[in-house]
Amino acid sequence: MKSCNSDCCVPCEADIVAIVDKCGRTECNLIPILHELQRSFGYISDEAMETVAAELGITVSQVHGTATFYTLLYTRPQGKNIIKICDSPPCHLQGSKAIQAAITKALGIEPGETTLDGNFTFEVVSCMGLCGVAPAIMVNDDVYGNLTAEAIPEILDKYAACSCCCGEGC
Amino acid sequence: MAFYRAHILVDTGTAAVLKGANALRTALVDEIKRKGLDKEIKVVETGALGLAGAVPAIVVYPEGVTYANVTVDDVAEIVEEHLLKGRQVSRLVYKGDTPSVIKSAENCRSAEMRVVLKNIGVIDPTSIDEYIAMGGYEATAKALTTMSPQEVIAEIKASGLTGRGGAGFPTGLKWDFTAKADGDQKYIICNADEGEPGNFKDRLIMEGDPHQIIEGMIIAAYAVGAQKGYIYIRGEYQQSVANTERALDVAREMGLLGSDIMGSGLSFDIEVFKGAGAYICGEETALLASLEGQRGESRMKPPFPPTHGLFGMPTVINNVETLANVPHIIVNGADWYSNIGTQKSKGTKIFSPCGDVQYPGVYEVPFGSTLREVIFGMAGGIKSGKKFKAVLMGGPSGVLVGEEALDRSLCSEDLNPGAGALIVLDETKCVVDLIKNCAQFFAHESCGQCTPCREGTKRMVEFFNWWTAGAGSEQDLKLLDQLATTMALTSKCGLGQFAGVAFKSSIPLFEEEYLAHLVDKRCPAGICEMDKVEEEVRV
Amino acid sequence: MDNINVSIDGIQVSIPKGSTVLDAARAAGIYIPTLCHMDGHKPLGACRVCLVEIEGGRGALQASCSFPAADGMVVRTNSRRVHNARKAVVELMLSAHRQDCNACNRTLNCELQDIAKRLGIRENRFEGEMPPRIMDTSSPSIVRDSSKCILCRRCVEVCQNVQTVGTLFAVDRGFDTVIAPTAKKELTEAVCVACGQCVLACPVGALYEKSHIDRVWEAIDDPDKHVIVQTAPAVRVAIGEEFGLPAGSRVTKKMVAGLRRIGFDKVFDTDFTADLTILEEGTEFLGRLKNNGTLPMLTSCSPGWINFIEYFYPELLPNLSTCKSPQQMFGALAKTYYAEKMGVKPEDIYSVSIMPCTAKKLEAGREEMSVVNGLHDVDAVLTTREAAQMMREAGVDFVNLPDEPFDEPLGIATGAAVIFGATGGVMEAALRTVYEVVTGETLENVNFEAVRGLEGVKEAVVKIGDIEAKVAVASGLSNARKLMDLIMEGKADYHFIEIMCCPGGCLGGGGQPIPTNDEVRKARMEAIYAEDEGLPIRKSHENPAIRTLYEEFLGEPNSHKAHQLLHTHYTPKALWPTDVPLDEVKTK
Repeated sequence: MKSCNSDCCVPCEADIVAIVDKCGRTECNLIPILHELQRSFGYISDEAMETVAAELGITVSQVHGTATFYTLLYTRPQGKNIIKICDSPPCHLQGSKAIQAAITKALGIEPGETTLDGNFTFEVVSCMGLCGVAPAIMVNDDVYGNLTAEAIPEILDKYAACSCCCGEGC
Repeated sequence: MAFYRAHILVDTGTAAVLKGANALRTALVDEIKRKGLDKEIKVVETGALGLAGAVPAIVVYPEGVTYANVTVDDVAEIVEEHLLKGRQVSRLVYKGDTPSVIKSAENCRSAEMRVVLKNIGVIDPTSIDEYIAMGGYEATAKALTTMSPQEVIAEIKASGLTGRGGAGFPTGLKWDFTAKADGDQKYIICNADEGEPGNFKDRLIMEGDPHQIIEGMIIAAYAVGAQKGYIYIRGEYQQSVANTERALDVAREMGLLGSDIMGSGLSFDIEVFKGAGAYICGEETALLASLEGQRGESRMKPPFPPTHGLFGMPTVINNVETLANVPHIIVNGADWYSNIGTQKSKGTKIFSPCGDVQYPGVYEVPFGSTLREVIFGMAGGIKSGKKFKAVLMGGPSGVLVGEEALDRSLCSEDLNPGAGALIVLDETKCVVDLIKNCAQFFAHESCGQCTPCREGTKRMVEFFNWWTAGAGSEQDLKLLDQLATTMALTSKCGLGQFAGVAFKSSIPLFEEEYLAHLVDKRCPAGICEMDKVEEEVRV
Repeated sequence: MDNINVSIDGIQVSIPKGSTVLDAARAAGIYIPTLCHMDGHKPLGACRVCLVEIEGGRGALQASCSFPAADGMVVRTNSRRVHNARKAVVELMLSAHRQDCNACNRTLNCELQDIAKRLGIRENRFEGEMPPRIMDTSSPSIVRDSSKCILCRRCVEVCQNVQTVGTLFAVDRGFDTVIAPTAKKELTEAVCVACGQCVLACPVGALYEKSHIDRVWEAIDDPDKHVIVQTAPAVRVAIGEEFGLPAGSRVTKKMVAGLRRIGFDKVFDTDFTADLTILEEGTEFLGRLKNNGTLPMLTSCSPGWINFIEYFYPELLPNLSTCKSPQQMFGALAKTYYAEKMGVKPEDIYSVSIMPCTAKKLEAGREEMSVVNGLHDVDAVLTTREAAQMMREAGVDFVNLPDEPFDEPLGIATGAAVIFGATGGVMEAALRTVYEVVTGETLENVNFEAVRGLEGVKEAVVKIGDIEAKVAVASGLSNARKLMDLIMEGKADYHFIEIMCCPGGCLGGGGQPIPTNDEVRKARMEAIYAEDEGLPIRKSHENPAIRTLYEEFLGEPNSHKAHQLLHTHYTPKALWPTDVPLDEVKTK
């Protein structure tokens, strides 16, 4: 990790230190720091954890052990869009399994997997508090409730990787 | 606050935004202004109304008329016809099932007793002025300027307020412990890590009326002598985080947080702490560990948080709903409050019926209301004309009850409501499948620290996997019962202690259904696969 | 102090306020099984085998290791309810524990096995899928077998808090939880100093030393090999425990006999090179004092400590004595001086050491530890436990062995060398020699009590001629860290510091018999000082064999030849990925 002078998208040490400074240099800010790292870089890399540990004066294993405890923190790269499907009782009773199957059919990936183009990661999560509109999924921060399997392709289309020239997936 | 004769709720849920809801909102505001109605009619953004296929949608109050598939081109007509002339634009009126969110607001206004929810859907959650106009921060003023901390605690004690997170510990007593504990620094923590499946009341309060919580925390801080507060909101609740943070900023700007609040000498500020995805952090000691930057693993009790909490300091940890009750008690008095509810359960309770009910939603009723009143009276009974089968009280960590319980009253002396979730099953659902799903939830959420919970939740899932694959045996039922008992007796914290409760409660009610799976290798509801034999599944 | 009265199974005990229910039970002479509990450490209450019933308690049983005893409390530890609960918990634990007990190195010394036996477990009601097995054999010192791990986290406690190395921690959650080196790397890829304190802490067979037993048997069976063995000072006061003798039994001469029985050609003593270390290190220290060299000088006998300073305080490497450890001095001499003397080719000598240590295995494998043609100076390192195992395999009846002396000349040593096995011993031995060398006077009392004992950090000021030598001694890496931080902050004005990696020094090393706890450490320490008292010569510079060595071979201390053979250099190690230059790493 050398210092960074371009618009690189991998975390460089200065960026990480800036995040630590922003959140506060104490152990109790570890989770806010990890949230921020993920927001900036999509996931929390081993290198980022090492820098955070050094900055906070705690062990890397502690940072890593803490990060891996929480399901919303990713220590490995994820797809550009993260689809979360709830399979807790309220959603389960309303047919979340069928929704799950529809997503798998649409994207060709099982929960826990990422599409080859890196556009989607699909995961089954515990209750998201959307029981009033069960079955529900979240795509990134967007909520979709009262779902039917038929609605899935249209929803996913909104997040489809673009095929235009920019190559950015706009 | 200006009083508006009408409110227009604009669904700005994601699906709606993708179809142009923001442009619609702007057009509405402009058109209303153009017609000179902006002093009379207010446009309010709201979350998804649950009209997935019919967005953008708006609801016009007080009539409660829903317009679906509204476009910018329809705005002039709606304003002209409905708002000016009072004639509904029938071609746009939504004709499907009334969406649950709206229905829940209308259906049972009369039967509900809205104390904590009184502002929800009525005021703009981003406006402190509207909150104040509805009597907000009156309680803070009263407590901080006319009452001593001891008087505040006495009032809360006298009100009979108990914790609304499920455990039901007397709030005043908890505050008293912290007030009397030694500590240079004391903390107030609002537990907004609402993770128990089926519960979404705290989300509604945070999104719809966040100042109530802030007020409750300020009063608590004053009562116990705390300087710092945290609202621990689960990471999944982005909107709650945003609304609460916005409310905190405004409160801070107005001097309701910070130093010497209202000249009382109280210096107190609140921070939002965003959880990172762990149900266990709803357990108070795990929440503390998480706040301290650690794995959310529960800690030994005793000592308890009121005396040895965050960073070892005296700490009050209260649920969102509990804190939201506090301002109302201070304003209206303990007598008023303790007259609501039953002998042992005072005040109101928010329920969130969901599952196979017509109108899943959030309803506030006095303690002592019957299960039937909530499920059939408010949530509209079972949807699609099916029959009621059972309800999981409070969520996966609660008990399963059947029809015989419908007329029991919801209070600590009869049917304990837990945190308020009512997960309802209709006659077509399989109890074994439901309890299996609960077991999977606990296995996913066990922190892995103590043996009985770590291994026990895993083994529970395995038993259910065997049973629903057709590889069960009759004696398994006894073994799993022993396992559930062990977990209840030996687990370090509530997660493991309660993980087997739903299962145990379901055996006497639905033993035949279990035996059908275990002995006849058949799922009466036709839900479980039952497609394997013992040798294929069990090692 | 205020006492409280507690009733345990009907027995009344009076115990100090602040005690736990477990303390109370022990005071009443009642056994309660424990697994995650370690005396002197904060209770975790994770394993749930120490459950008891508190009268008036709400339903659930309580973990006695952490539940505070209160006046008038009535506790039941032996009800059916308690027994059944404990039994079920242990069944659950066993359901995720690989039970190839006969093939496990901890069999018959396994806390889980012992508890399962006490509870009368004959079958397991809750068998199911096992977690995936991670066998990490990457480290030269320590093997980690996750399939045995019961997640009690005792290793985490010692690694994070006692040693502050921070290698091991809990990763992931629920059934997937594993105790793993940082980022689930292999041990060699993580920062691990190989101290083996985790091995001592482990109640089961999830952590153990990388065995050298097979290669030693192979060498012994090879008629072309001349197999010699050296034994570290701390081994002789501990190995008896492996054969059922009480902690601290002095069995030096039985040990020698036992090693001969299993076929070593010569049985020597690391104490010989401990004496040599004193002469080399003492001379180096005086040189630094005289020539304004880097002070404080830090001792270098403990390989876990060397790993630690290379990782965590590379700036302080110049403070480290350049002396090799006694093990490596011995190895170097074995293949030079001894080979010449015996007329054996160095490559035909197979040099084995018996060490109380796991880090010594790593040390022996360091590439700079080779003085002759790329041969390892030390070919195999056995822990105390492995040495005992070889004796068991060879059918040695240890307790009834006759006393036999070490072989000469590398078996001749002084009391100053024996005390290397206890924290403060190197310092004391050095002071005995430096004092007499500098002042030319004879010490009246050779015992330097101020540097003795189990405390983590000890200090003393010793007047040596016109020098007021300020010395410090630390054992356990958290204590070492305290002193290093003081030096880094410029707040330490010590001249000489002894550091031992393991709490209590080598007598509490990661290769010692299990259990090793404070009580055991204390007994071993007493035995070490008794060995010292019992020896005719108690100062290193008076060791006649060492004098001969200098006369015949090395010349004088710190001579060119001594430097070639007995001194070494150190390499800073990166804590972070290798693409980060070290100076950037340590600038915080």
